[in-house]
Amino acid sequence: MDFRYRRRRYVNAAGLALAAAAMSIGLAALGWILWTLFSSGFAAFAAFGADLFLKSTPAPGTEGGGLANAIVGSAMMVAFATFVATPIGILAGIHLAEYGAHSRLAALTRFVIDVMLSAPSIVIGLFVYAIAVATFGHFSGWSGSLALALIAVPVVVRTTENMLLLVPGSLREAAFALGAPRWKVSLAVALRAMRGGVVTGVLLAVARIAGETAPLLFTALNNQFFTLDMRAPMANLPVVIYNFAMSPYENWQELAWGGAALIALVVLGLNVLARVMFRDRRRG
Amino acid sequence: MQARASVEPAAAIEVRGLSFYYGRFRGLADVSLDVARNRVTAFIGPSGCGKSTLLRTFNRMFDLYPNQRAEGEIRMAGRNVLDPSVDVNLLRAKVGMVFQKPTPFPMTIYENIAFGVRLYEKLSRDAMHARVEWALRKAALWEEVKDKLDASGLSLSGGQQQRLCIARAVAVKPEVLLLDEPTSALDPISTSRIEELVAELKSEYTIAIVTHNLQQAARISDYTAYMYLGELVEFGPTDEIFVKPRKKATEDYITGRFG
Repeated sequence: MDFRYRRRRYVNAAGLALAAAAMSIGLAALGWILWTLFSSGFAAFAAFGADLFLKSTPAPGTEGGGLANAIVGSAMMVAFATFVATPIGILAGIHLAEYGAHSRLAALTRFVIDVMLSAPSIVIGLFVYAIAVATFGHFSGWSGSLALALIAVPVVVRTTENMLLLVPGSLREAAFALGAPRWKVSLAVALRAMRGGVVTGVLLAVARIAGETAPLLFTALNNQFFTLDMRAPMANLPVVIYNFAMSPYENWQELAWGGAALIALVVLGLNVLARVMFRDRRRG
Repeated sequence: MQARASVEPAAAIEVRGLSFYYGRFRGLADVSLDVARNRVTAFIGPSGCGKSTLLRTFNRMFDLYPNQRAEGEIRMAGRNVLDPSVDVNLLRAKVGMVFQKPTPFPMTIYENIAFGVRLYEKLSRDAMHARVEWALRKAALWEEVKDKLDASGLSLSGGQQQRLCIARAVAVKPEVLLLDEPTSALDPISTSRIEELVAELKSEYTIAIVTHNLQQAARISDYTAYMYLGELVEFGPTDEIFVKPRKKATEDYITGRFG
């Protein structure tokens, strides 16, 4: 008896040590990435100062410059993609959670969403290239936005459905018991109860598409100049980072670090915001 | 019972030969009874005896679940509410329900009340204010919340939340109130407030209450139905059921010799 108990304690200690070691390795990798990124990125912030946000990407061989065109291009494409993906994603999520318990259409939709969630983003990029870029004959901000929206939709659908499934059946029954029709129960009670979680899903989708490179390579491409015209090729942070990091010019490389740090900060900020919002909602 | 027939109030709900199925499992077997208008009818019996199931047929709550179905008749105002042509939303507007766990909606106290009213009535702002106050007074909650109508319904205590749910059900002016173990999650003080409330509300509403608390049934109800394994064992005036039940099974349950 005593022996078995001691053995159990040793096994417990060993298991705990292994788990802690695994966690430290994971954390160390993350810390290393962030350290490299931010030490080089903040150096770039210091070197370029406000120019980073005010000047556009420099021509090859010229000094200075900034990321203004890429920041604005990314912001516009992400904003439009979110604007399109949010209502589609939320409505589809509502359909799956509230109406689709037993329907074939819902089962099929769920399967497609699973596939889209795990599809490599380069495939989405090629798809949009084929249907939009090739059709219109040129790269454009709209095509980039479309590709990003296609990536965001399944994320929003999945989180919305999962959130709505967390709504207790008793709350739904209470609304039905007043004679509320199903759509009203879904929107005014269930969705409302989980609005923090649904907004969290949207924020996570924004964070996801803000850093996507592959779908933009074939769609928005890049643009050396500042433009607000989404019909033309459009600069964006991920592709600028990709191009500049591989370049021989020192200021380009620095800008790539700056852009990477900027995206990381935005994504980190969005994730923190999403977490805080969801936590507040759960507290009720 | 026959002797009192002349003074007995009319039936608000007439249940005839009602059977209920969860898939293949029969939850109710050939139940027939009358729920008297403006009286409190209590349903008692051990867990799983079908009392909640019976209550949930009165507003067709079971319609939400595809593998549940009811057979037989439940007549209200001359119509069989189980008839597929009956609009369940309109039925539920007439037959309010309060559940075991308080279920305030994730909105303000005011909106919790106004939500149901807006579904079927278009009131002016003033009329809506008046209705909200009226409903909250009916549920004996007004004095506690009149200064924080904009606070979330979830910020109230459990007992207050349950009275909010009663106010919400009363606000749409139903004819029947179904209470499904409304006090089983509440402390004794909140429980006694809700019992007082039931006593006051019965002058205007027909009330059917499911309870596990036999004293509660004895205190607040005019009629009591004892159910067991999906069957109605005994039904009659509460005094008779508790003082001199006709059936041995009822007596055993009431005196705690059950099982």
